[in-house]
Amino acid sequence: MKMNGAQAVLESLKKEGVEVVFGYPGGAVLTLYDAVYKNKFPHILTRHEQGAVHAADGYARATGKVGVVFATSGPGATNLVTGIMTAMMDSVPLVCITGQVGNPYIGKDSFQEADVSGITTPITKHNYLVKKAAELPRVLKEAFYIARTGRPGPVVIDVAKDVFDTEIDYKYPEQVALKGYKGENPGKDSEIEKVAEALRKARKPLIFTGGGVNISDTTPKLRAIVERLGVPTVSTLLGIGTIPADAEGFLGMAGMHGSYGANMAIQGCDLLLCIGMRFSDRVTGKVSAFAPHAKIVHFEIDPAEVNKNVEVDLRVSGDLRWSLEHLQAKLDTLPDDFRGRFRPWLEEAKGKAAEHPFGYREAGETIKPGALIEKVSELCSRDTIAVTDVGQHQMWAAQFFKVYEPRHFLTSGGAGTMGYGLPAAMGAKLACPDAPVVLFTGDGSIMMNCQEFATIADNDIDIKVIVVHNSILGMVAQWQRLFYNHHYSQSELKGKTDFVKLAEAMGVRGARLTKKEELDTLLPRLLAEKGPLLIDVIVPEDEDVIPMVPGGKRLDQMVLGGGE
Amino acid sequence: MKKKEKTEKHLLAVLVDNKPGVLTHVAGLISRRAFNIESISAGYTEEPDVTRINIVVTVEDENELNQVMSQLGKLIDVIKIVNMTRLESIARELVLIKVHAGKAARADIKNIVEIFRAKIVDIGPEDIVVELTGQQSKIDGFIEMLSEYEIIEIARTGAIALSRGVLAAKEM
Repeated sequence: MKMNGAQAVLESLKKEGVEVVFGYPGGAVLTLYDAVYKNKFPHILTRHEQGAVHAADGYARATGKVGVVFATSGPGATNLVTGIMTAMMDSVPLVCITGQVGNPYIGKDSFQEADVSGITTPITKHNYLVKKAAELPRVLKEAFYIARTGRPGPVVIDVAKDVFDTEIDYKYPEQVALKGYKGENPGKDSEIEKVAEALRKARKPLIFTGGGVNISDTTPKLRAIVERLGVPTVSTLLGIGTIPADAEGFLGMAGMHGSYGANMAIQGCDLLLCIGMRFSDRVTGKVSAFAPHAKIVHFEIDPAEVNKNVEVDLRVSGDLRWSLEHLQAKLDTLPDDFRGRFRPWLEEAKGKAAEHPFGYREAGETIKPGALIEKVSELCSRDTIAVTDVGQHQMWAAQFFKVYEPRHFLTSGGAGTMGYGLPAAMGAKLACPDAPVVLFTGDGSIMMNCQEFATIADNDIDIKVIVVHNSILGMVAQWQRLFYNHHYSQSELKGKTDFVKLAEAMGVRGARLTKKEELDTLLPRLLAEKGPLLIDVIVPEDEDVIPMVPGGKRLDQMVLGGGE
Repeated sequence: MKKKEKTEKHLLAVLVDNKPGVLTHVAGLISRRAFNIESISAGYTEEPDVTRINIVVTVEDENELNQVMSQLGKLIDVIKIVNMTRLESIARELVLIKVHAGKAARADIKNIVEIFRAKIVDIGPEDIVVELTGQQSKIDGFIEMLSEYEIIEIARTGAIALSRGVLAAKEM
């Protein structure tokens, strides 16, 4: 079929089952946007390219589908950089299609020209510069395949402007032909055998679940294995939701601001099954003293992650869809009474956890962030998708919001991108219109992409935005309080911004909570309202996130005491 | 943790798709992972759509070597990586050296060139250009000898290697 490059892009998106594109037009993508117009292709116009890429990220994390972004050349494309890096760090599948200046203008420092493939090389799974229209169908096919298979990640396709105008004989390839890449990643039976052997010898095994379980949609298999073994479980920040918050033996998130119970279980276990996680420095504490008594087993699809940060005793390579299924099947063949044998250890771990659960001290009429999030969690249904920005509120959300299902806690983990939350929540709601979506953000983070309130209002995207408003960059201030002699250098936000008015100026209703009793009197009604809503919640500025493992310390060297 | 001396040297043959952008991908990876590269060279192969990149990498231990190999292996354009240092293989490097050679020094330089089985490839009133192919250690020795005279400039290709026997890297 004859068509121009722009139409070929949209045809390919249709073939890939893309339901919506997030983007922002501009000179180099005018022809592409003309095709969007003619095809009436579903498209969300964000107010900033960064909003578009985070929205696509939220969409992808909530569903596992590939998020798609359009942006123009030069500044349009470079505005995607933070979002692409955010997706890369957390293995989120995206295809970003950027316009490049026309072929004759490439390399001439032309208007709105930037070397987008050069700039995005370190932050993409793969990228392309398309200078010939005939390459478009193959490149698109490969890009979607690469983005969603294996360890997922963002792919950038930079397309010279004239390519969109060039007529081609369009045929979408049935299959990809990539010599250096395999989308299928089966593991090895012998590695599963070794894990089963290790489990039969262990007295105190612990399952440590990560984002890979969410990404591979293997939660049911993981939960079945946990059920069969009767062992305690802990999760990384991105692993939240893989084990239901109320499951017996789930000790919560581990790491720098993880629970006492989770961190002590890691330090005390004799076999640690790490499943789809990558030993980030935020989760290990002092690496050389991480899980000192344990044989460490690493279930991991990406060979480059094995022994990168922590040296492990056993590896289980391959896709979790393969390895968890095989482990489950193997365990089924064994006569062992794992549940009975691990019961004392499970009780021990639960007992330890009960000594220091997450908590906060009430203080008069003020609303404590922990109390707020606990209350929101109580009021939300089990299918609520919680999204966060980055900072103290993010950790409090991880600690106090109860998540029961996979892909229901969306947060920028590896990158720690402030400004991620609002657009990501918007993307998640568009992806899952039937699920309630609540965003926890801070008065710092929300300003970094607050222009997206306009997008949310214009498209009537029903999300509840809870601003944990402490008038300070809380996490920065916490470190300044602890390690910089209370020098609040540039972290105080005692400004004149009225977040309720800010939201209302863009067409989103707003409300404010200032007193503890309003958590009971006002909050339930606000959360039950239809349509997007900002809830500005005033909290004290000097609250610390605890527990805390200070940088370079062992996981069991947590600071447990309260703030000031 | 104390960093050990980086002592192990490995010559990796990296077969990649001959596509635009592939060198950016390889070079970008090396820089962002802070790998220590001694030399890198690339050229066409017996297959028109495959380029062979030869990388000499210095690592402190087996773990770091595995990191280099598996990170490179993750690049979509990379088809195959073979550690030539772990095989029976022949490694060679080519160097061109331009050295000041007035009348007095000429005979001595010619002597050194003969001993090393190098070649004089250009000669002018004031200078000589010599060419030598060999293993890195031989080239290093040659340069050391010539440095007694005034070396004007040096161009080296970096090492390339092939394994012995009928098997090609792509089949390994």
